[in-house]
Amino acid sequence: MPVLDSSDPRASFREGLKVGIPFSVAAGLVSLSFGVVARDVGFSAWAAIIMSLIVFAGSAQFASVAILAGGGNPVAAIAAASLMNSRFLPMGAALAPSLPGGRWKRAAQGQAVVDASWAVAARPDGSFDRWKLFGTTAPQFLMWQLGTIAGAFGGDLVGDLDRLGLDAIYPAFFVAILIPELHDRDRVGVALAGAAIALALVSFTPAGVPILVASTAALWGLRRRAA
Amino acid sequence: MSTAMIWWTIAGVAVTTVAIKAFGPVVMGGRVLPPRFAGVIVLTAPAVLAALVATSVFADGDHLAVGASTVGVGAGAIVSWRKGSPMIAVLVAAAVTALLRAVS
Repeated sequence: MPVLDSSDPRASFREGLKVGIPFSVAAGLVSLSFGVVARDVGFSAWAAIIMSLIVFAGSAQFASVAILAGGGNPVAAIAAASLMNSRFLPMGAALAPSLPGGRWKRAAQGQAVVDASWAVAARPDGSFDRWKLFGTTAPQFLMWQLGTIAGAFGGDLVGDLDRLGLDAIYPAFFVAILIPELHDRDRVGVALAGAAIALALVSFTPAGVPILVASTAALWGLRRRAA
Repeated sequence: MSTAMIWWTIAGVAVTTVAIKAFGPVVMGGRVLPPRFAGVIVLTAPAVLAALVATSVFADGDHLAVGASTVGVGAGAIVSWRKGSPMIAVLVAAAVTALLRAVS
């Protein structure tokens, strides 16, 4: 099985850390807003903290909490979260050839995937530097927990989320991941198409569906000549 | 909503998230991705990220809406475009949004 570790895994991990640390501060602010939102909606501080610990997926966490807040039931909340998470299916599939070990080891390594880490670890030939991925994820995981704790317990101090503009943090975080990805015209086009598709669907499909359907814009890749 | 609903949701989201993140690595491990699929995969990130951004910036739940946060995110986008750190981009986005709300 072709496993494509770099010649110096430690160096790769450290490179990942370097990239991951600025993202992790942003992630901590996003998770802080999650902690506050979850409390606002009726979660106990511990529920918010445990959710961030065992889910570790921002869009899934926010989507499920939003459904509950809107009066939806757990099944709807879990469905919305899964639709948000569905992008990890093709991402995990792409990463798979670069992961050594048996099923369980690969399953465990797959848990380290978050958007920024996956994008950063991708090599031009389509393989992934898994140690760079791990290094990028590690600080984000840590700050995700610390931010949630701060938001969950300090929420009263924070007060009105909107007044502090905290609702802008989550989209700005994803913009910060997206922009370095737009290094050629194909990608800009696909991004615009994805955005347009999602916006067209948002008024009449359940949460998460716009994102899933928007991912089909990637099928443009079938028409590309070899990069 | 009840505490039970909250905990069932947390459990369900956790289990499905773990399963989804494990699925690709488990099922596609040991195989080489055909180059055509690789071309589609690498485009998945821009498509999905852009959709996430668009729906959180230009929509409020199930209807289209723009507001202070739209401008704030735009300011953060400029920071990112100018290769500023994500940390700064996020703080700028929040600050601009808060400022706009304070003065309007």
